[in-house]
Amino acid sequence: MAGGAASGGSAASDTYKEARHWLLMPSWLVLGFFVFAPVCVMVIYSFLTKEFRGGVIWEPTLAAYDQFFFDRGLFGDSDPTLQWTYIEIFWRSIWQAGLATIMSLLIGFPTAYFIATRPDGTRALWVFLITIPYWVNLLIRTVSMKFLLRDEGPMNDALLNIGLIGEPLQIINTNLAVQLGLFYSYLPFMVLPIYASIERYNFTMSEAAADLYATKFTTLRRIVLPAVKPGVIAGCILVFVPSLGAFLAPDLLGGAKNFMIGSLIEEQFKGNAGNWPFGAAASMILLSMVLVLLLIFAQQQRRAGAAT
Amino acid sequence: MNDTVEIAVDVRDAIKRYGDFTALQKISLGIRDNEFFTLLGPSGCGKTTLLRMIAGFEDVTEGGIYLFGDEIKTLPPHKRPVNTVFQNYALFPHMTVLENVGFGLEMKGSSRKDAAKRAGEMLDLVQLSQFAKRKPAQLSGGQQQRVALARALAPSPKVLLLDEPLSALDLKLRKAMQIELKHIQRETGITFIFVTHDQEEALTMSDRIAVMSAGELQQLGAPRDIYEHPRNMFVADFIGDTNLLEVSVDKITDGRAQCHIGGGHELICDAVDGVSVGASVHLSVRPERLVLSDQASDGNSLKGTVTENIYIGTDISTMLDLEGGPKITVRTSNTERGNKRLIEPGSPAFVNMEAGAARLLVD
Repeated sequence: MAGGAASGGSAASDTYKEARHWLLMPSWLVLGFFVFAPVCVMVIYSFLTKEFRGGVIWEPTLAAYDQFFFDRGLFGDSDPTLQWTYIEIFWRSIWQAGLATIMSLLIGFPTAYFIATRPDGTRALWVFLITIPYWVNLLIRTVSMKFLLRDEGPMNDALLNIGLIGEPLQIINTNLAVQLGLFYSYLPFMVLPIYASIERYNFTMSEAAADLYATKFTTLRRIVLPAVKPGVIAGCILVFVPSLGAFLAPDLLGGAKNFMIGSLIEEQFKGNAGNWPFGAAASMILLSMVLVLLLIFAQQQRRAGAAT
Repeated sequence: MNDTVEIAVDVRDAIKRYGDFTALQKISLGIRDNEFFTLLGPSGCGKTTLLRMIAGFEDVTEGGIYLFGDEIKTLPPHKRPVNTVFQNYALFPHMTVLENVGFGLEMKGSSRKDAAKRAGEMLDLVQLSQFAKRKPAQLSGGQQQRVALARALAPSPKVLLLDEPLSALDLKLRKAMQIELKHIQRETGITFIFVTHDQEEALTMSDRIAVMSAGELQQLGAPRDIYEHPRNMFVADFIGDTNLLEVSVDKITDGRAQCHIGGGHELICDAVDGVSVGASVHLSVRPERLVLSDQASDGNSLKGTVTENIYIGTDISTMLDLEGGPKITVRTSNTERGNKRLIEPGSPAFVNMEAGAARLLVD
């Protein structure tokens, strides 16, 4: 038995490995049951035939994807032409989510910067204040938003009273209302990661830049932003992705004209009018799009990491 | 002071307060053009605050700061023609070494190409040309320090400010950098204002030193001046090793003060402004200015008993109890001692000194 001590050592590390598997088991179970399994169900359903009162018939078909991309006429027997309805809804969703993300960034970055530059010990309070509105259910917050933005709502009343406008601004049921709703729903997801990266930022670097004749704006652009970029990107992803699939804000604030992916998918699973395979297929397309976006981001991060 | 010497930075009655706390109490000093000037003091003495006020990172509560005659205290940092080497270097991590060094020039309006050319020359000066394309994180601490120096020198500042730039380096590297900094200062002819708490570093590098403590200027002078003629207790104690003895002044004649220390030992030393007959003050005498002997000399001679000999490489440090109580340390270099036998602990000995060796201190 040469190397008895060595094998003893590796036996010890094997024990650790085994223990690690068991300790990770709860996480694996939760992930498997609540993430992996539902996605599998979705993938399978998107390839099944629809049942008219909701539900599916177990016959494999590409009909759901076909319906998404192609128009085959009222009776399904004409030559297929590209179907723009759903692609437009997707495009509008991307556009709306993108604008909401930009709004969140424009408001969230200065907010995060402000919090991160408060004296030690007071920052936690500011973060706490930011999160307070988010203890209230999203539905209730979105409904209050609707009330605020209404033609006869307090915002228009105030603007009319101070004479800034002659007649009520039509905000509700517009794209802007949807963007504002999304922006308000997800703002903390922008503020918190940016705050975390600004807090880690070494402000002596800003002093060094100022010392080397850089103005405040140049310092922000050339020194601060590159340093906190990971936080900004994380914030944008965290706002953009849920905005893309959101259905509360578009439903309640956007009206029928401003349909977004979330609403489209939601409709497919509601009542008897739904089409489960089509809803699953639309979800799959949405998921793939987000996945591609994240992969591009990860690729870029890796490239940036390799450069340093 | 010579009239032809131009003053680079003139600090006039500068006061800095943070709420109730006064960090700097009415400091006035003139830093000459082309000189290596050091602000020396323990941590919290206000030296860094003063440096940051010159750079523009701290407001001046009262008083003024002038750069070659121009009031600069209202200028923001990016409009002051001074550059800083920061204690933790503050290099920009996402830029290459060359981009870091060229940044200041680019901000001053040089084209990217010109900035890169000049940055390359600065890297030559600090011997880092081969690392131009690297990121700061790929360099050692000493190399990062040199990049920070090159970056601050590249825009040819009128004054270079250095905030304890060597404190993060190990001893050997620090010594090498001290000499390199001194050379670069002479080569470029730029006024350096160097902040340190290390008195040896200050003595090695500086043309003049301002010793600070508790927000006040204690003494301003050349290293030799400060070491040999400390003005007060703080300076004598802070700079180098010294024996501090309590003395009473008995008589002053022809610039000589006759005094006695505890135990009745008589001493004669140079009189000092501000110390009059009857005063009870302290006297500082450097251990290396004392001579240990088994015989009394004609001049100042104190009798005592050796308690301990400590070997410290180049020197022997001998501690004695003087008759009547006071303790004193004598430092003898090994070359000076030659083959003479050490005086063993427990043996009586005389501590002899010339009149000029001891210095009366204004408390």
